[in-house]
Amino acid sequence: MKNMKKDKTETYRLQVSAETKNLGIVRDFIRRLAKEAGFDKEKIEQIELAVDEACTNVIKHAYRYDASKMIDLRIRIDRKKITISVIDYGGGFDLAKIKQPDISHNVKNAKAGGLGIHLMKKLMDEVQFHIEPGKKTEVRLIKFRSKP
Amino acid sequence: MSVFQVKREDKGDVTVLYLSGFLDAHTVPQFENALQQVLDEKRYKIVVNFRDLEYISSAGLGVFMGFIEEVRSNDGDIKLSNMSQRVYKVFDLLGFPALFEIFETEEEAIDKFKSTD
Repeated sequence: MKNMKKDKTETYRLQVSAETKNLGIVRDFIRRLAKEAGFDKEKIEQIELAVDEACTNVIKHAYRYDASKMIDLRIRIDRKKITISVIDYGGGFDLAKIKQPDISHNVKNAKAGGLGIHLMKKLMDEVQFHIEPGKKTEVRLIKFRSKP
Repeated sequence: MSVFQVKREDKGDVTVLYLSGFLDAHTVPQFENALQQVLDEKRYKIVVNFRDLEYISSAGLGVFMGFIEEVRSNDGDIKLSNMSQRVYKVFDLLGFPALFEIFETEEEAIDKFKSTD
């Protein structure tokens, strides 16, 4: 039976204040969308965690826990994939400075946000960074319905 | 609502911390406080039981990284047990099994302390 939902492109948007107390709300929202889009349990968990990681990085590093700032999430679901953009209007960052964390050494000195970015890349099929320094940072997380 | 709790039980010279609920950047301070309290009492043999933990993000894993050096420099360790598949996958993706001992049961983790005494 043709799944009519999968043939349409659905877009959603959620804005939350940059507070860690909102991480659960974001996860619930993303989990619901991923489930309705037809992703399986494992993929839903991966997507949920990756978005949590991206939002946590925004709160900690882009906005330094400034609760007056907003995290902007835009979600697009089409027949091939789900794309979640996590957008902030902070200072941006130098991706080259985020090294792959070496867990066996430098246990305490994991680079700021390094663990989270590393995890995002493992969980999602594609992770793109679109940075306009001083203006806007977009982390785009993509998960395909089936292996591309 | 994403709730998190830490419960503590001292079994001889081993402290077992039971985590439940959701461990993310918001609830991490609770876990940190609980661990710090154990260290403040100079108790360095710690087992963390994940039986009732439903979710963990890298913020949670960061807590272990933050405390392990102090614990091991005092001849102690933080051993992990009773992880669900979901929680274990996150540890595994970040390479933690290479640095932390992870056991199926709390009893095995506690026994390991005894066998290495």
